[in-house]
Amino acid sequence: MLYTNLKHIESATDHSKILNENENVMVICGRMGPMCIPVYEIAEELEQEYKHVKFYDLEFDNPESYVIRNLPEVRGFMGIPFTIYYKNGKVVKATSSIQTREQITAILDAEFGKSSK
Amino acid sequence: MEDKIHYDTIVIGAGPAGLTAGIYLSRARLKTLIISEGVVGGQMVLTHEIANYPGVESISGYQLANIMKKQAKSFGCEIKSNIKIDRIELEGDIKRVTLSDGKEYTSDSIILTSGGRSRTLGVPGEEKFKGRGISYCATCDGDFFTGKEIVVVGGGNSALEEAVSLTKYATKVTIVHQFDNFQAFEHAVQEAKSNPKIQFKMESTVTAFYGEEKLESVDIKNLKTGETENFKTDGTFIFIGYVPNTEFLKGKVEMNQWGEIITGSDMSTNLPGVYAGGDSVTKRYRQVTTAVGDGTIAALAASNYLHNKRIATLK
Repeated sequence: MLYTNLKHIESATDHSKILNENENVMVICGRMGPMCIPVYEIAEELEQEYKHVKFYDLEFDNPESYVIRNLPEVRGFMGIPFTIYYKNGKVVKATSSIQTREQITAILDAEFGKSSK
Repeated sequence: MEDKIHYDTIVIGAGPAGLTAGIYLSRARLKTLIISEGVVGGQMVLTHEIANYPGVESISGYQLANIMKKQAKSFGCEIKSNIKIDRIELEGDIKRVTLSDGKEYTSDSIILTSGGRSRTLGVPGEEKFKGRGISYCATCDGDFFTGKEIVVVGGGNSALEEAVSLTKYATKVTIVHQFDNFQAFEHAVQEAKSNPKIQFKMESTVTAFYGEEKLESVDIKNLKTGETENFKTDGTFIFIGYVPNTEFLKGKVEMNQWGEIITGSDMSTNLPGVYAGGDSVTKRYRQVTTAVGDGTIAALAASNYLHNKRIATLK
């Protein structure tokens, strides 16, 4: 399991349930490595600001991560984390490798609306 | 909400040097703010395992950073991370820091611990193919290149050691290095040279990346002959050292030709009330332990500076 302060997705069933129950979801699929940790930390901070978005992580080496790895949107991705943004259960954006706070907030603002802060 | 807040000390950077300074200052009941453009923990969080931090047998960099952060906060230290610094003023009695959200913070002293980051090549296509064939971390992304042919750029210890580790996945690894000899330790050079999957292109550099959805080829320029060849590859790993995060301090504090801040033995800079430590200062050994030492000294020196300043004001 990833030891971040984010909520974790442990199974494909979890993943499906979360997408069914929430309008705006961001899932970071990675490991505890240098390209992933900054993205987890930025998400942990943004969780306080974007109350209308649910933030989760999913361990890349968990076999259940096929729900992310098999998405057509990640074809060609060769760098973790794979970060997926879902609106009403549908993928609206996917990024590969490390991202800055500015890059992440630009996607959140565009796809889910600006933060209340 | 008040847009201008005054602190005793502002610490720039939240790596081990900055967090240590934050712990010491806030524990001394000095109002302290840590501002970091990057993640809390700095490059320490990128270390999978730290086994030589005294008193801790083995811990991940991420966990150690979280403990330091918690410790600093427990003493009242405030931390703002992942936010850009738009402007910094170091001269004069009052130091000023303006952030990208428009908020301005002032302080009587300041400690610069902005750390360093991996150097990039800065050539066309590098940003486009990041995560689509270009990587800076073999441990993270090596397995995406199983059965593929890749390029490793660099000639230091990281480049050669990671090239060897990538042969677990790749069928062929081509090391591209700009000089005719390696900067790595001899044992690392020998290990790479004796690996049948590794070949070398010396006195050469990568000048561009090409592909459609993902990286397909690179231009490699021979620096001796000036000739450029387009080289087919599935991936490129770049390990060409670190640069200090001091661009925003250019012309504001004394630095050497590599952009490292020059400090005295008490981590003081050429400006009164301005101290520095960690990977952004000029020094030979860059370790978590040395950064922690720098942060301690800088915090104690800043405390002493504030004490003397207040006594002078009372006189």
